[in-house]
Amino acid sequence: MNRINVNFCGVEFKNPVIPASGTFGYGREYEQFYPLSKLGGISVKGTTLHRREGNPGPRVAETPSGMLNSVGLQNGGVDKFINYELPNLVTKDTRIIANIAGSTVEECAELAEKLNGTAVDMIELNISCPNVKQGGAAFGTDCNVAGAVTRAVKDVTEKPLMVKLSPNVTSITDIARSVEANGADAVSLINTLLGMRIDIKTRRPILKNNVGGLSGPAVFPVAVRMVWQVANAVKIPVMGMGGIATWEDAIEMMLAGAGAVQVGAAIFADPYAPVKIAEGMQRFCEENGIANISEIVGTVKPW
Amino acid sequence: MYKQGKYPIVSKKALAKGVFDIEIYCPHIAKEARAGQFAQVAAEGFFLRRPISICDIDKNKGTIRLVFEVRGHGTDKLSELNKDCLIDIIAPLGNGFKVLEKGKKAICIGGGIGTPPMVGIAKEYGENATVISGFRNASAVILQEDFKAIGADTILCTDDGSAGIHGFVTDAFKAELNKEKPDIVYACGPMVMLKNITKICEENGIYCQVSLEQRMACGVGACLVCVCRTVKDGQEFNSHVCKDGPVFDSKEVLFHE
Repeated sequence: MNRINVNFCGVEFKNPVIPASGTFGYGREYEQFYPLSKLGGISVKGTTLHRREGNPGPRVAETPSGMLNSVGLQNGGVDKFINYELPNLVTKDTRIIANIAGSTVEECAELAEKLNGTAVDMIELNISCPNVKQGGAAFGTDCNVAGAVTRAVKDVTEKPLMVKLSPNVTSITDIARSVEANGADAVSLINTLLGMRIDIKTRRPILKNNVGGLSGPAVFPVAVRMVWQVANAVKIPVMGMGGIATWEDAIEMMLAGAGAVQVGAAIFADPYAPVKIAEGMQRFCEENGIANISEIVGTVKPW
Repeated sequence: MYKQGKYPIVSKKALAKGVFDIEIYCPHIAKEARAGQFAQVAAEGFFLRRPISICDIDKNKGTIRLVFEVRGHGTDKLSELNKDCLIDIIAPLGNGFKVLEKGKKAICIGGGIGTPPMVGIAKEYGENATVISGFRNASAVILQEDFKAIGADTILCTDDGSAGIHGFVTDAFKAELNKEKPDIVYACGPMVMLKNITKICEENGIYCQVSLEQRMACGVGACLVCVCRTVKDGQEFNSHVCKDGPVFDSKEVLFHE
């Protein structure tokens, strides 16, 4: 019996494990390892209104227990997503979360409008990409702007709206409250933490963009803390992510208050990570007499 | 199909200072692998895998060979793996070299640690292959016996003249072209070398494939970090070394200083 199906803001997921945007493309590559139907859903590569070439390379630097990236939202644009990727994805028996990123408030709304009437199950509004000059984290680090962009998208979309938050803020709970007040149906967090590495021989930053987003197990404790704080600050569901690599991490994130989880950088180390995590969560429920994983959400007993 | 697993190392040799040759028993991978493809290798204690080109494939024995240079802490960790240890790899990845029909002639050019993938491709041509390889000095020279065993002509160059010809592979390549033009050229090595070889091939109207290197994360085409600048039909765009390459038509690569 499946003990790990979850209802996350009205959408039924067969399990709460979802590859995070930007780490899984549109699933085509990882389908060579396992059927995508094993996943609760897929948060697809961040989609912009028009095709984007992204930042120059190098775009990646390894860090202790993690990595920095500065991809810069390279993607083929929303029309290509709708016409080329989506028809393939809908045949895979998994939920589809469209991650959208606009340079302006109007662009975010236009992106959401274009996805009305498509098979997309949920919108994840990216107001937290650290690697783009317009939009991105510029939206996600100011309560008023975050609220305004959320409202603009909510006004036009017919899909459940989840807003992806940046950890690079003084108070993530203030941002979360602001997007909730402006109609967000859920929040997802955390996006990457802004970081930097320098080559001591050349005195050049390793990333051509100088700075980039930190992900991987290194950020996990920060993510757990922020998910816990946000889950206690808002009534809407929270999708937790940031450094999850094992099923134990996923359980911990749900205890902190996440109704579902996304797995990102861990996939690069082990392509099977999301599948192993879902299997481990099912076993955990069976061994601990938990009828459904949702029972544990937010049940951490703080001191 | 990509395969990920832990496979036994059946032999390990040091080819030069800091350069190691490991042979891995992985019949399913060996069966599908082609010259020019690569493996993503996990180094214990490090988050990201290391992309390493496949040097040679023995489909009968079910093995592949990886020859790598210790460049940092991760590859240093890999160098500690010995015979009978298990190594965690994802392979075969990327596009291999295009192989022309029997009887065609190839020049395979390797610069330093760009030389290993030339073993697999030279083997496809045997006596019809000429391998030009260049190294810093005599102590860095690797794989010459492998090329000879294949039946290929070998031209060795060193930067300081301590072995073979004193000079760069590009000079040796130009001299070779004066004798006979090949049907195809393969090259792997530093970007400046690839740029110069591409130019020479264009001037001489020879089809050339280059194998590129870039920092990677996923290795399969999902994360988009291993970017390289390319051009096709007059349009410039970003390609990815892991999935669109590592082998590219030389004319499609935009080399910058």
